[in-house]
Order: sequence, then structure tokens, then C-alpha cells
Amino acid sequence: MKNKADYVIVGSGISGASIAYHLAKFGAKNIVVLDKSYLTSGATGRCGAGIRQQWGTKMNCLLAKRSVDFFETAQEELQYDGNIEFKQEGYLVIASNEEETKEFKENVALQNSLGIPSRVLTKEEAKTIVPYLNTDVVHSATFCPTDGHLNPFTTTEAFYKASERMGVEFHFFTEVLDIIVHNNRIEKIITDKGEIQTSNVINAAGGWSKQIGNMVNINIPVYSENHEILVTEPVEKMQGPMVISFSKNIYCQQTPHGAFIMGRSDPDMPEGLDMSSSWKFLDEMSKTVTELLPPIGDIRVIRQWGGLYNMSPDHQPIISDTKDLPGFYMACGFSGHGFMLAPMTGLLLAEIILGLTPSMLIEDLSIERFEGKEIKKEKSVV
Amino acid sequence: MDPNKVIICRCSDVTLQDVYDLFDKGYKTFEELKRIKRVGMGPCQATTCGKMVQWEIAKRFNLPLEEVKFNNIRPLTMGVKLKSIKESAEDEK
Repeated sequence: MKNKADYVIVGSGISGASIAYHLAKFGAKNIVVLDKSYLTSGATGRCGAGIRQQWGTKMNCLLAKRSVDFFETAQEELQYDGNIEFKQEGYLVIASNEEETKEFKENVALQNSLGIPSRVLTKEEAKTIVPYLNTDVVHSATFCPTDGHLNPFTTTEAFYKASERMGVEFHFFTEVLDIIVHNNRIEKIITDKGEIQTSNVINAAGGWSKQIGNMVNINIPVYSENHEILVTEPVEKMQGPMVISFSKNIYCQQTPHGAFIMGRSDPDMPEGLDMSSSWKFLDEMSKTVTELLPPIGDIRVIRQWGGLYNMSPDHQPIISDTKDLPGFYMACGFSGHGFMLAPMTGLLLAEIILGLTPSMLIEDLSIERFEGKEIKKEKSVV
Repeated sequence: MDPNKVIICRCSDVTLQDVYDLFDKGYKTFEELKRIKRVGMGPCQATTCGKMVQWEIAKRFNLPLEEVKFNNIRPLTMGVKLKSIKESAEDEK
């Protein structure tokens, strides 16, 4: 491991890998990425693998739309020799009551105004897209055909390998223990494998980003909570889009490989770093999925696990520098959606770090947006 | 023995050569192989390939077998239909 670097990125999930890639692509040199475990060991490798543009806030819509634009050519752009398994067969967002129907209509109007090709469907129209949808519990739906699926492991590997070819160094199983600040400048980062002198640290530590902030006395207004998920045995293709409902508390899609991945949230989940699996989740997930998508009840679940959502006050990411410490940058608080937004995360943070004009307005991503202002929450979150 | 003809993970059709290729790319642990190539991700949940991959890691990196971390064990121990779980949950109430 080199003992001097211009930029040290903490975390080798999709965000850290994308930040490294974009920094290197802009010509930055001497970049090191550290991770306390293996590539995608945190939230990236535990996520639902969905890519969605149907959001309720302008900022999330824009980040998602431009990230999908990137993913459409990512295989070539990143010159990846594996397969990122990009599938664009849409997200079917289920409204289960009148209130949601009204809210989603407004969301679709916002999405359409930003170039996202979503549309409102009757429940009968929704049934033509997923024939076994139980319309007894559906009020209406919205659909965006360019939403879809990506393999989180291979997509992150694609960013990782492309970054490595441009000279970025990755060190796995290397844990950051402390960051030393002197006269309000970062001096060095201390790991369990040695020290690196640097004046720029980028916090892409996902579930652990608050702890990294604490090392430099920056209080990042995020917390982590466990969200559980399961996967079934692979079966013949039967479902194109991701089916998702916020009120029913479910997301469920069939991956190109054939397995179904599904998850839901536990409203009673305490804050913390626990990622264990529970029997309660399995019970509740089985009930929810067999009600909304009955034939999936006949498929065998083979594994369950948990992963950390890093929640921000408005459920939008914090992609930001901070006036309190020059050289400290962060990409965190994705509130469960860091994977699908990663191309824009990397691009925007690289532009902030290098002092370039950002590709889109970023005030709503700054850590300073929470200071004394009214917080408008993104509600479209499972 | 041609490593291209040896299937080490039967659930996910992964050959011994695939595993060697991942070693060449710098991956050293079961968890990494699992994520990039689906080794041990299928219905048997690594009960077949887990130990064999552990051996291959030990051989390749000259490690005593007991120092090679075994794959993470996660629930369930066998595949169960989602509707069976739902029905059992209801029966218990």
C-alpha cells in the first residue's frame, strides 16, 4: 500500500467505485480506495438490484434518469468483459388506495416533465403487464418501461476494473481506524494495514458513513437500519417488471438469471448496524407476496439476508463537500437507493472535488440543505 | 484432469477453470467468488461446493485449510415454498 495519496475513498461499494472511476476519468491521479471487507460487501451487494426513475422529488428523478442514461451504455463505456445483466422491462408501481392513485398521478406528471417515460395505468392495464397480479388489492398503477434490473456485483466490478486500468489502487480487507486532522486540514488516514498521508478523504462508507464522519468531527445527519430481503430458486421467466408497492410494503422482481428477489421494510426496526435475518421477515414477506402475486407462492425461497439503508432526513442522498473541513467529501444517506444512482453520484462528487461546474444543480444534495429549512421527504421508498 | 470439464458448483454451472480465473483476477475468498460467479448461490446453498472451494483456495494460496474462511451460512437450510411459510404462519395463530 502506498503511504501517500492525493485522494482516499473509503468504501468499495458501487458509490466508491463510481467516484474513483469518474475522478480518474477527469484526469485525477494517485487515488486509493479502501474497504474493510471485499468488493460490494456492504449495502451494494445486499440490495434489490432494481433501477427505478419513478420518484416523487425532482432531485431523485433527475439523478435516476441520468443514471439510467449511463447504464444503457455502461457495458461499453466501462469496457467490461463480464455481463452487467442490464434488463429494461420496467417497474410497475402499485397504488393500493385512492390517496396513492392521486399522489402517483402527480409523480408521473413530474417525471414526464423531466423526460421520464412513465405513465398511469388502470388496474386492468396493469394486469396485461403482470397477468397474475391480484387486482382485488390494486387501485391503479404506474409504469415506466425503461426502469429495470442490474447485477450489483458485476456492475460494481465493471467500475472497479475500469478504475484500476486508469491507475486507481484498491485495497480490500483494509479497515480505516482514524483520520487525523491538524489545523482544520486532513493530514492522514490510519488503517489496520498502515497509514496514508492525504489531504482529501471521500466518505462512501454506506452504512458506516456516520462513523467515518465522526472521525473528523463532522456530524452527518444520517442513521442506518437493517432491511431484509430474500431470493428464490431460479425458475423459467414469468415476470418482466419489478412490482413495487409502498403501502403494501413490497418490492419483487425476477432477475435475468431466473431467481425472484423480494424485500419489505419493518417499521419497528431499530437504528443500528445489525444485518441479521429474522423469521418475522420471512412470515410477513410470504403473506405480502402471495396476496399481491399469488403464483409466486409456489416458488421456493432459498436464502435470506439483511443490509443497511443509510437514511437521510429527506430520503435523498447527501453528495457534498463541507465548509467545516476542506478536503472532506461525502456520498451517503441514499436511503436504500445508492446502487441505482451511482453513475451520477460518481460524476457529481468528482466534479465537486475537482472544482468543476457540476452537471446539474446540486444545492439539494448538499449537507447544508438541512440547516434551518423545511424538509420535503421523498415518500416513494419501501 | 481438465479444469474446464470439472463442475465445482452444480447449482450455478461453475467450472474449476472459472474459479482459477477468479483467482487470477485477484479474488481470494469464497464470498468474492460467490458474488462474481454465483458459486454457492443456488438451491444447495454451498453445501456441495463450499468445502471443495475452500480446498481450492487453500491449495492456490498455500494456506492451511483451517485458515481459509468457510462460506457464510444464511437461512434457510433448504428451499421452502413461500406459500408453505405463509400457511404455517397462519396455523400458528
